[in-house]
Amino acid sequence: MLKMTHLSKAYRTEVVETYALRDFSIHVREGEFVAVTGPSGSGKTTFLTIAGLLEEFSGGEYQLDGANVRGLNDNQRSRLRNEKIGFIFQAFNLISDLNVQDNIDVPLRYRGFNGAERRRRIQESLERVGLSARMRHYPAELSGGQQQRVAIARALAGTPRLLLADEPTGNLDTQMARGVMELIEELHRDGATIVMVTHDPELAVRAQREVHIVDGQVVDLGAQPRLVDRAQLHL
Amino acid sequence: MFNYYFRLALRSLRRNVVLTVLMVAVIGAGIGASMTVLTIYRAMDGDPIPQKSDRLFVPQIDNWGPDMEERPANSDGLPEQLSYTDASALIAAHTGRQTAMYSTVSALTPPNPQLLPFTVHVRATYADFFAMFQVPFKYGGPWNTTDDHSHSAVAVITRELNDKVFGGVNSVGRTLRLGGDDYRVSGVLDDWKPTPRFFDLADNRFGKTEDVLLPFTRAIDKQMTVWGNDFCNGDVGTGWAGYLRSNCVWIQFWVELPNASEVASYRAFLNSYAAEQRRNGRFHWAPRTQLRNERQWLSYEQVVPPPVHVMAIVSFSFLFVCLVNAMGLMLAKMLGRAADIGVRRALGATRRAILAQCLIEAGVIGIAGGLVGLLLTGLGLIGVRSLFTQQFIDLAHLDLSDLGICMLLAVVSAIIAGLYPTWRATQMQPALQLKAQ
Repeated sequence: MLKMTHLSKAYRTEVVETYALRDFSIHVREGEFVAVTGPSGSGKTTFLTIAGLLEEFSGGEYQLDGANVRGLNDNQRSRLRNEKIGFIFQAFNLISDLNVQDNIDVPLRYRGFNGAERRRRIQESLERVGLSARMRHYPAELSGGQQQRVAIARALAGTPRLLLADEPTGNLDTQMARGVMELIEELHRDGATIVMVTHDPELAVRAQREVHIVDGQVVDLGAQPRLVDRAQLHL
Repeated sequence: MFNYYFRLALRSLRRNVVLTVLMVAVIGAGIGASMTVLTIYRAMDGDPIPQKSDRLFVPQIDNWGPDMEERPANSDGLPEQLSYTDASALIAAHTGRQTAMYSTVSALTPPNPQLLPFTVHVRATYADFFAMFQVPFKYGGPWNTTDDHSHSAVAVITRELNDKVFGGVNSVGRTLRLGGDDYRVSGVLDDWKPTPRFFDLADNRFGKTEDVLLPFTRAIDKQMTVWGNDFCNGDVGTGWAGYLRSNCVWIQFWVELPNASEVASYRAFLNSYAAEQRRNGRFHWAPRTQLRNERQWLSYEQVVPPPVHVMAIVSFSFLFVCLVNAMGLMLAKMLGRAADIGVRRALGATRRAILAQCLIEAGVIGIAGGLVGLLLTGLGLIGVRSLFTQQFIDLAHLDLSDLGICMLLAVVSAIIAGLYPTWRATQMQPALQLKAQ
């Protein structure tokens, strides 16, 4: 599903060249739930933005669902992003002057679905996250956990091939975070391919495997599936 | 997607009302100022008879020569009007549609004895005047060429005069007492106010048509004095006969030439006529003539005064300044929405989609600005009407085409002002915006 090979990302100024990712390789198979961890500044977010086609890379190769993305123009990247990828951001990133229904509608509009199809998908995704009754509410009228669930519904509405989550519980309290993680795990059990960036080791263990990044490089690949004792977790 | 972007634009504008009001006000002010001047400019610069402007011509003949001290202030120094001698010669020589005319005044004695006599403005002209200039009639019609040849006592009156003297009824066949003589009314004009008054730009360019029109030949017989502009050089002679024989120019002359061949033929005729005058000893200089069509004549006569040109430049410069301000405000608005744009890009919006959304929002601002501009234009024209003479009062009004131009100008201006902010919005890197969250 997601395959990066010897990928690099450099930020260049007149004075200095900084590598956010260097000789970075990762392979996420369909249906996997992978946690990407690492200290601050390790390159986790850069990896996620490149994986989400939000940023171009300097070197190496990146294949998304079998398609080589190097050389795609901006329109092609936007289209691929819209069709294949669902984003779950730490800050939810809902559009404040749109209600829940219109927020979920945004990617569907760009996809070109007709009105009936869009309504069906919005209804299904809200039912999936348990917020059908909040369709007309605005983000300011929702709790943090509810906002993140709406963001997840928005990510799911287009039936993406890949879900990218960047610290999905970072802005939530413990209880809300638990609810969101349970939803993400449920999505994985239903077959979703999920890559979750997190700095929280307790969240990372809930994934199938963990990829640890330090200074822009993978330093540890968790090859063995994890057996998780949920009672030992704080969540 | 247009409806979607339109609804998004309305929501966005509601989000920051103060900024929206500022943008709309700035565009409205620029539109109001420029449209006020443009409305007057268009009225002055308009072609009142576009369907025939390439077929109606004004001949000019240099009957003064290069030695005259005072020359017309035109670009080529040719007299704008003809002398009686030249006008009569042209009338006699040409068989197509043509008219010589001049403005005069007379005293009208109404048939109703309860009404006192009053002065009316009169245009002495030929029958072809009405067909050449497509003058509309409410009742009856013009006199005919036989009446011209017979110097008949017939007249055409305006609707206003008909209302005043005859109570608005069909007065064809009734008698009009003018300057002590009786004239038979052959027709009553419908509303006709060409702007400018192209057929006589020497006097009252934006005024209304004379109250009475009667045969030129009759007016000459009755020695009806010239009320418009006349220009004389040298000895004028004595009395009416002397005046007619003089080189004074006071007659407006128009000829209708339906095709290029006729135009070329008439030009050659004018030159040969002037050459003949030289051979006869009337002219002592090389023949100099000119033949201009209606559009060329309006340009030659500089119907739009230079100060109005300056006003137009100033007002559109003000519009430019307003647009620059609007651009700054739109840029601030777009940059303030960087996060939203980043999210939309992350969700799959292409640069073109962002471009469309932003330009439609600019267009909505333009529509609102145009409505404000219309209001300010109306106020501006009211101001013009209160400050200037009657002729400008008649020019200072908005018609449907002006309304359309106002709204189109506002929308196009707002979109132009929005181009740079929109471009900046499309260049935003979604990754940077999302990381900043």
